[in-house]
Amino acid sequence: MILSVAVALPTSPPGGPGLHIPDGFLSTPIAISGWVVTIAVLALAVRMTNRSLDERAVPLMGVMAAFIFAAQMMNFPVAGGTSGHLLGGALAAILLGPWAAIIVMTAVVGLQAVLFQDGGMAVMGVNIFNMGILTAFIGAGLYAVAKPFARSTAPMLVVAFVAAWLSVEASAVATALQLAASDTSPLDVVLPAMVGVHALIGIGEGLITAAAIGFVGATRPDLIPRAATVPEGAHGT
Amino acid sequence: MGRNRSLLIAGLAIALVVAVSSAWLASGDPDGLERVAEDHEFIDLAQDPGYEVLSDYTIPGVEDERLSTALAGIIGVAVVGALSLGAGMLLRRRSATPPGTRRG
Repeated sequence: MILSVAVALPTSPPGGPGLHIPDGFLSTPIAISGWVVTIAVLALAVRMTNRSLDERAVPLMGVMAAFIFAAQMMNFPVAGGTSGHLLGGALAAILLGPWAAIIVMTAVVGLQAVLFQDGGMAVMGVNIFNMGILTAFIGAGLYAVAKPFARSTAPMLVVAFVAAWLSVEASAVATALQLAASDTSPLDVVLPAMVGVHALIGIGEGLITAAAIGFVGATRPDLIPRAATVPEGAHGT
Repeated sequence: MGRNRSLLIAGLAIALVVAVSSAWLASGDPDGLERVAEDHEFIDLAQDPGYEVLSDYTIPGVEDERLSTALAGIIGVAVVGALSLGAGMLLRRRSATPPGTRRG
């Protein structure tokens, strides 16, 4: 068992797969569905940003992609000899809105598969959906709902923490459903296992997301979308 | 413009520091999905990609594992940053440039 693991994942650490699904875990229909949904959402994201990308968002897109890629290399330990790392979709979506965030996350997850063999090529659509699209919608959605109540910094950071934690759990639930639908592992086994371990990893996601937003808010407050000053373009409505 | 430039430089510098230091600081423990896959015995289903570029965040031929990961991290930060920035610039240029206003 140990030996076969070593063969399947030649030089696993550092920077394991995270929620990056390798090829072989998912059935062909699930992998294809992932591509179809992801391409459709990505086309929509291009349309939305094409219409209304804020000028300030352009350098931030480069910075967010670079930071999220780097942060995904930084696995942090959670309980029981397990590690996790930032996904970053919620962070990007809070700062950039969901559509630009989806483009950023597609660049990150796509490059990880193509260049670093982190996440399978056939299941790349699923990985972009789980780690980039779901997380961005949850991050931006929750933040938009809570924004009117988060005029000052502290509650805003709490909202960011919760949005980030939820985004990881959503990603974990989606992955469990896809694994079960692929007959890789029964749902009653894989769902609680994935939700349980990612409840811990999500705390790391929440802390890093809140810290990053706090840092941006302290250095460039104009980049934080607030209730009073929603940048028209940053959140393509 | 100057503010954007310093945002870009500062942000990329932070990303580079995180990527390089991950070679020394990152936990090597299996992560969430890997842990679940091991515990519930479907990790063996994972297929080899069948090709390698900078597989597992290492540079082929660089013997020192940490140096190899640090270099791979620098390459990744540069490429993904450029990719995303390029996408943003392209989308911005094509997006609303109302007549009589400044260009991005």
